[in-house]
Amino acid sequence: MRVALFATCLVDTMVPQVAHATARLLQRLGHEVVVPPGQACCGQMHVNTGYRREAVPIVANHVRAFAGAEAVVAPSGSCVASIHHQQAAVARRFGEQALADEAAALAGRTYELSQFLVDVLGVTDVGAYYPHRVTYHPTCHSLRLLRVGDRPLRLLREVRGLTLVELPGAEQCCGFGGTFAVKNADTSTAMLTDKMTNVLSTHAEVCTAGDASCLMHIGGGLSRLRAGTRTVHLAEILASTEEAVSPSQTTRPAVPA
Amino acid sequence: MTSARDEVLTRIRTALGDGRATPADVARDYRQADDRSPGDPALLDLLVDRLEDYKASVLRCGPGDVAATVARALDDGLGTGWAAAGVLAAPGVPVEWRPDGAAADDGRPPGQLADVAASVTGVAVAIAETGTLVLDGTPLSGRRALSLLPDCLVCVVEAAQVVGTVPEALRRLDPVRPLTMISGPSATSDIELERVEGVHGPRTLLVVVVTT
Amino acid sequence: MTGTVPGPAPTFLGLPTAPRGVGHLRGDEPFPDAARTALRDGQLRANLGHATSTIRAKRATVVGEVPDWEQLRAAGKALKAATMARLDEHLLELETRVTERGGTVHWARDAREANEIVTRLVQATGTHEVVKVKSMATQEIGLNEALEAAGVDVFETDLAELIVQLGQDKPSHILVPAIHKNRAEIREIFLRTMPSVDADLTDEPRRLAMAARAHLRERFLRARVAISGANFAVAETGTLAVVESEGNGRMCLTLPQTLVTVMGIEKVVPTWRDLEVFLQLLPRSSTGERMNPYTTTWAGVTPGDGPQEFHLVLLDNGRTAVLADEVGREALHCIRCSACLNVCPVYERAGGHAYGSVYPGPIGAVLSPQLTGVEDNASLPYASSLCGACYDVCPVAIDIPSILVHLRAEHVEAQQRPTPEGVAFRALAKVMADPRRWRLAQRAARAGRLLARGRPTLPAMPPPLSGWTRSRDLPTPPAETFTQAWVREHGS
Repeated sequence: MRVALFATCLVDTMVPQVAHATARLLQRLGHEVVVPPGQACCGQMHVNTGYRREAVPIVANHVRAFAGAEAVVAPSGSCVASIHHQQAAVARRFGEQALADEAAALAGRTYELSQFLVDVLGVTDVGAYYPHRVTYHPTCHSLRLLRVGDRPLRLLREVRGLTLVELPGAEQCCGFGGTFAVKNADTSTAMLTDKMTNVLSTHAEVCTAGDASCLMHIGGGLSRLRAGTRTVHLAEILASTEEAVSPSQTTRPAVPA
Repeated sequence: MTSARDEVLTRIRTALGDGRATPADVARDYRQADDRSPGDPALLDLLVDRLEDYKASVLRCGPGDVAATVARALDDGLGTGWAAAGVLAAPGVPVEWRPDGAAADDGRPPGQLADVAASVTGVAVAIAETGTLVLDGTPLSGRRALSLLPDCLVCVVEAAQVVGTVPEALRRLDPVRPLTMISGPSATSDIELERVEGVHGPRTLLVVVVTT
Repeated sequence: MTGTVPGPAPTFLGLPTAPRGVGHLRGDEPFPDAARTALRDGQLRANLGHATSTIRAKRATVVGEVPDWEQLRAAGKALKAATMARLDEHLLELETRVTERGGTVHWARDAREANEIVTRLVQATGTHEVVKVKSMATQEIGLNEALEAAGVDVFETDLAELIVQLGQDKPSHILVPAIHKNRAEIREIFLRTMPSVDADLTDEPRRLAMAARAHLRERFLRARVAISGANFAVAETGTLAVVESEGNGRMCLTLPQTLVTVMGIEKVVPTWRDLEVFLQLLPRSSTGERMNPYTTTWAGVTPGDGPQEFHLVLLDNGRTAVLADEVGREALHCIRCSACLNVCPVYERAGGHAYGSVYPGPIGAVLSPQLTGVEDNASLPYASSLCGACYDVCPVAIDIPSILVHLRAEHVEAQQRPTPEGVAFRALAKVMADPRRWRLAQRAARAGRLLARGRPTLPAMPPPLSGWTRSRDLPTPPAETFTQAWVREHGS
């Protein structure tokens, strides 16, 4: 299958290794990966901060960039949820009916990575090797908007060498919430502290998730505490193999300590 | 000057606009009734389980044993040696349900009911799934104050009055009567969200289930 | 904040919102500031953490018992939507039925008018004290203060309301207003404020509940007027319903001669049958019980049983302004169960007082700004990480996260002058809508590498990014973006 990769603005700019890993993984599974050069952002940050009118041209750009794509995959539950639940609605609100229809159609072909692997490709064993103790944080938008359920866990259980440990209070938000982390920094930090407490209680080396944004938040907190536990995106774990187990590539934290 | 009534109604009409949506039909695809018919032994067991879970005491008896069982329930609630003069029954409670010497409610001022040790009532319907007894203000259930002020309440439930679900119960009730739905003794969760039985309503709820 | 400045009520689409200077819908400071103070209160954090985790577990258990929960939830949502679409007709039918059954119906445009009506009704009875059933509507309008100003003593009878009233505190939760107090603190309040309390009172919850019983018993028996709210009012039958636990509600609804019920206009339901849905949804969602200990229903006046004079006050106070918002009106579907508070990670940490309104938590963050006009509670729509836990547990499936996002936009669009944030977001939107500009901006972001001076994380940043870097590191941007590298390796 020819898969169009939507890196997302955050991954593209701040944690490119997550997109590289996604591409490598999909190629290893025998699929052609293309990276539409016109891509930028899904518009979620604008919509969620109250700038929905301003989000319309961002949505238009996204729809333009991925026009004609057979399937779009993004390593982010949150961005895919925005594509599914917000893009068409925002366009419709401002009378852009044609754009809304195109956005809705594109959303139907857009998948979060774990959903694409399990539901579309029908694989749970992606041939990965990752010799680390790992705990999984189900990010809120993956969990409650996309309902990815246990797909990431099914993928992780098949990874050779990986010890999966359950995260206590896993379904509680880490406190990121986009601009919430800045506008309500104190409350966000209180939530982060509890999340980090739970992560550290597992004695995992790595905390993983399907969203680079939440991982940047948790990882940023762990790094500040010099906790040693690092955050690694699900795509990076699934992309690593016995052949390519260069620690710098496969275990590099989203926020380097 | 327009009245508040007219103004609020006008505001509602303005808010909804001219093209107000016609409400869609509500899909009532939730359970309308339990599979078991009223009085089914399994429903009685469920009711007893739910009542006891919420700290009510339950006794079962046959139709000929009600008065004696109510008396046993009162031994439990008031301690043996209780005085029949302190027990008041709803006016429609059959004489053969009443312990010897227990009078029928004579309609005395409600405040005087606070001095009554225990009251005995029937019910209009009971809901097994939620452990709920419904009193409906008819002579069998009594007026509301009777089941409220005495600290010990004995409710007699006949098997045929026990339905499985909330929808079945509401269908059997008259909505213009003053209804009291009782699920266990009075309780509160206001301190650290821990349930504690017994606040302002009767602290003891005793239920006599009459099976045939 | 202009929260306490009296002035004309703002309007929404020409409909007046709740007036300023009366009632409890506006706080003294923005949420982030109030939350900052609350977060430092370790006792509050411990009390809330304990209470909310207890109730979350209870709710999950009893909801899990119900095989048709999702169908009930969908029916509850549909019933509320259908009711709102014909709200005027249902209220008129309710008025007719209540009047036929011997009750008197009053209409109140806002808090002030409702307070005047109730005060007049109480004074007409000649009494100087009233007993009250816990009611959100009367807290919202500040009825206790209005009655006390008129020389009427008000006795709250719900245990948690009593704790709040005796402690001269404010409620912090819809269901359990004293959730922020633990048993030891409650014992201290009772010892200090109850004149005839047993000096040996312990902090055992049962003993505390008994102290409240003894304290209020005499007042129930002598009260001539009671004031209540209503959980539901059935239009077709004129039946009012109050759902409670302790029996204080039954005392108030049964013993006094006169009953005055204050009810928001959105509480009406069309038919008796509709209660079969809500009486299943509400108790399991609120106290985590299969059924609450007591539910009382009544229609007008019943000779020989209960109050012989009944007044129903139908309250707008901004509700019609909420109804005018096609997205936000769903907030009127709320049945006040407080399940959303109990699962909210923000509420659990900041507590209810930080919201500044009698309606805290996620539902408060969408309801209060709409009742007052969003500019009077502008910080509340942002008091959420949009984690969605509230939507999942809501028994009538109110999409609270979507309404929060909608209200953020209402706030942004209400700004007359450009704000620094607005300027930045508009500039960023232009950039993100144009791939060429976006690539240039990404390159500019790499300038951040200079700040890092070779370190993997950036130094402390100026506002607004300081909000992030005070407690978390920010990674140094990479030398090359993913898309750049891809083009380099694969061509464009």
